[in-house]
Amino acid sequence: MIKEFKNIRVDKLGIEDRINRITKRSLKRESKLKGLEMILSMIDLTTLEGMDTVKKVEQLCYKATHLHNQFPNLPRVAAVCVYPNMVRIASNSLKESDVLVASVATAFPSGNATLQIKINDTKEAIENGANEVDMVISRGKFHSGEYNYVFDEIAAIKDVCGENSRLKVILETGELGDYDHIRMASEIAINAGADFIKTSTGKISPAATLPITLVMLEAIKDHYYNTGKMVGMKPAGGISNAKLALQYLMLVKETLGNLWLDKHWFRFGASSLANDVLMQIAKQKTGFYQSNNYFSKD
Amino acid sequence: MSSTIQPLEFNGNWELSPSLESTDHLSLKNQYGLFINGKFVKPLSKKLFPTINPSNEATIAMIAEAEEKDVNLAVKSARVAYDGHWSKMPNKERAKYIYRIARMIQEKSKELSVIETIDGGKPIRESRDIDIPLAAAHFYYYAGWADKLKYAFPIANPKPVGVAGQIIPWNFPLMMAAWKIAPALATGNTVVLKPAESTSLTALKLAEIIQEADLPPGVVNIITGPGTTGNLMVNHPKIDKIAFTGSTAVGKSIMKNIAGSNKKSTMELGGKAANIVFEDAPLDQAVEGVINGIYFNQGHVCCAGSRLFIQESIYDLFIRKLKDRMQSLILGNPLDKNTDIGAINSHNQLSSINKYIDIGKKEGAEIFQLNCEIPSKGYWCAPTLFTNVSQSHAIAREEIFGPVLAIQTFRTTNEVINKANNTPYGLSAGVWTDKGSKVFNLTSKLNAGVVWANTYNKFDPTSPFGGYKESGHGREGGLHGLEAYLNLS
Amino acid sequence: MSERIKVLKTYKIFIDGKFPRTESGRYYQLKSKDIPYANVCLSSKKDLRNAVVAARKAFLPWAEKTAYNRSQILYRIAEMLESRKTQFIDELTIQGFSKKDASKELDQSIDRIIYFAGWADKINQVFGAVNPVASSHYNFTLFEPMGVIGVLSSDESPLLGLVSSIIPVIVSGNSCVVIASEKYPLSSISFAEVISNSDVPSGVINILTGTKKELATPISSHMDINALGLFSQKIDKQLFINATENLKRISSFNDIQIYSDDFDSPYIIKKFMESKTTWHPVEVDFTKTNNY
Repeated sequence: MIKEFKNIRVDKLGIEDRINRITKRSLKRESKLKGLEMILSMIDLTTLEGMDTVKKVEQLCYKATHLHNQFPNLPRVAAVCVYPNMVRIASNSLKESDVLVASVATAFPSGNATLQIKINDTKEAIENGANEVDMVISRGKFHSGEYNYVFDEIAAIKDVCGENSRLKVILETGELGDYDHIRMASEIAINAGADFIKTSTGKISPAATLPITLVMLEAIKDHYYNTGKMVGMKPAGGISNAKLALQYLMLVKETLGNLWLDKHWFRFGASSLANDVLMQIAKQKTGFYQSNNYFSKD
Repeated sequence: MSSTIQPLEFNGNWELSPSLESTDHLSLKNQYGLFINGKFVKPLSKKLFPTINPSNEATIAMIAEAEEKDVNLAVKSARVAYDGHWSKMPNKERAKYIYRIARMIQEKSKELSVIETIDGGKPIRESRDIDIPLAAAHFYYYAGWADKLKYAFPIANPKPVGVAGQIIPWNFPLMMAAWKIAPALATGNTVVLKPAESTSLTALKLAEIIQEADLPPGVVNIITGPGTTGNLMVNHPKIDKIAFTGSTAVGKSIMKNIAGSNKKSTMELGGKAANIVFEDAPLDQAVEGVINGIYFNQGHVCCAGSRLFIQESIYDLFIRKLKDRMQSLILGNPLDKNTDIGAINSHNQLSSINKYIDIGKKEGAEIFQLNCEIPSKGYWCAPTLFTNVSQSHAIAREEIFGPVLAIQTFRTTNEVINKANNTPYGLSAGVWTDKGSKVFNLTSKLNAGVVWANTYNKFDPTSPFGGYKESGHGREGGLHGLEAYLNLS
Repeated sequence: MSERIKVLKTYKIFIDGKFPRTESGRYYQLKSKDIPYANVCLSSKKDLRNAVVAARKAFLPWAEKTAYNRSQILYRIAEMLESRKTQFIDELTIQGFSKKDASKELDQSIDRIIYFAGWADKINQVFGAVNPVASSHYNFTLFEPMGVIGVLSSDESPLLGLVSSIIPVIVSGNSCVVIASEKYPLSSISFAEVISNSDVPSGVINILTGTKKELATPISSHMDINALGLFSQKIDKQLFINATENLKRISSFNDIQIYSDDFDSPYIIKKFMESKTTWHPVEVDFTKTNNY
């Protein structure tokens, strides 16, 4: 499929000025607690390590469904995110809950493999029980100017996912270059059928940042106004504390509004974030600053 | 855009709880005197007037009114200080006094920001992050010039003018005091400064800092009062230079008063800046710049981007983005850290703004206002914009000095340059385009003293600020800002 | 009643914001009337190498700070030095100066720091230019810091000489490696303590004690040093020859200049800066009329 990708300009200083304003928002008391609970519900609890084992994944799934017994009414995380060979384990551990199973696929994290391998990778993940697939785009092809290749690849993976599995497309923004490139990659992914666009694999630095997220949210907003369709967004990597996560959420609120303040359309890819959010919730409820000895580390 | 697509909603789901800056650490007196010759003294007029908090109409303190005898006393102190020791002090020692003032402003920045907010109505976020830091920065920057003037004006043998009479407005009270006092002191002059009637408090706190810094008595005198006090200063024979920031109307009357005299002058007056968005601009960032350009400080900014020119091909898209962005503006208690739009400075100013809003409607322009909750007490104006405005509308020609944006369209570069320049004002302008060569074309042709390209409302002590035509004369800030306070032989 | 035993100070060198000993382990002794009063590090070329690595790493972040920020940090150095005046005066008198001369040296040093601090955000206003080229271009010249500067500081003036050789160099954004006075090294290391209390980022200023004879060669031949500042030195011609390997820019100043008020001048700062000229097209409008 041949498509013209309109080159939309992004001004770096302007983006960073906007972020500067967002980070000055002060969240206190009820609004802070509500924000923290929303964040919890939006976390994709993630383990993507070479040394992942069955027991590691099972423990993570237990944590996903039992975040912190001291506060019984906390929302559960949105999903657990694992490698394809751990999907069946996760799926079994989570079958009694509403926590989804997300799988990375398509030769994550580099994406340097043939289309056929990526398709098979995706198929297996779905057959083993993945509700969502997090794929990576071919950054090398992007930099070579082969935008149609990048587009077609995403469309092919979405085909495999069908209507039942939602596709998150990882742009790996840390490898893309300027904000203009990130905007363009967002346009390609959105038009090729992404259900979510996601910033990073979490394997390189920089991972997600507020300015990068804003660029992607603007692409989503323009798409919504042009077509009426919503696309989700997921920043991943580098969001390890609640204060930062609240700034992301505020960014979503002021850019896209109420419709996106929901786990169906916004996620955090994080592992240690959950504990910090729990500590902040505890502080809000008790009034005391917390120590991480009182929260399980999985 | 299809009419079946629901506009995005930004409110009603996750509202921000109040996040008020605390006021319990302030040290404010109930009553202030005049700061003359290094001390606070009672006004000879014995008159006092209240300064109120425009967000709730409560009185904060009583301020002294300086009448003729008080003005004479202040000018005499400044004269004696100048002739006696200030003009003879080695340059680098003078510099160190000014550094002290800069330092102390930084030390007391939180207190100063809170006082600025309750006295004037501007959001705490702005006084905290912009007003007070810039005030300190001005003193720092100019302190460094005190012993380096021969490099700014080689061969010209620069000498101070003597006593400067300075009259400042209510929109950036402490910052304006810094813009005036810092260069005056750095160049070796002494000062009599009158803050605006409705916002005297931070100037008086600055007087306390000046005392603490042990500045020799009489070098800086701060006298409070209404417009009549300013008039007395303007007409005083022993003042060598008048610096005024305020409306063009008052500026003209001051110039009439000093016409034919030896007094030097700088005037920083009104504006009706054009903010121009081309179709090849980075649109979302341009929206941010437009919003900042007119709603920053409730539009009480002489260089506000109050006339928006949108290239016609992107008109609908840009208006939609503008209105969406406005939904996230929060109007409310200026002490709340989340407030974007604070109170209008005074009852009079609010009446004036509302008058223009009525004119705009009568003239046939289409109004859009942010639908926000307005507090019951205090002076408030919701962010407003008018579309279908034409060049001849009063709201496109006259300075409103409030959060009201007049929007017009254009087709070509030439057209917009002509429309932008078609005004007696010439203080500032903004240009939004991704194309560098177009930026420089516009900036070279716009008749304004400050041109912002792909940004707006940026200020720095090193950057000269001032207008063309009826926006005034003279520059403040930068190397060029020194000139007004020197005689070059 | 027994006398209280003083805790004696060990003088180390200053590299990357820390105070290591010289990697060579060697020392030389300072004596007053044949009685030793301090053991000073005899730095080696490896110390110099480490210092240059630190200075190179620190250069870009320092240069990228706003001029305002840099000037505030330098002003802070002056504040810190003023508050430690007594310590420095005592140290200078131990090294043989009269109390009066020491006090004057302190005052001049503090005021000199403040003088140069004030230039950070003004240099480009005085020396930069917008050039009216005869084509439709916006053309401007700005001055930028050079990089890592090697400094040989004065032997005769232990504090003022040191301050004069460091502050004008770093105000524009350069970082430096400084060889302290061989004869009066103590004030240099104490000044390093002042620097480390002043928000100056690690590596921007590095100070080594030792002999000029040993350190002149490595500092003049190091390929990652961009320029040399020679303050009051009897310079061997070999040093200049070494420096030509990477075409280091060399600037020299003598003692008379250092003690004079004439030293307070922006031209010294400029000696450690490079100029860059940028061109950008200005769209020219070919229609002659104002009609639209």
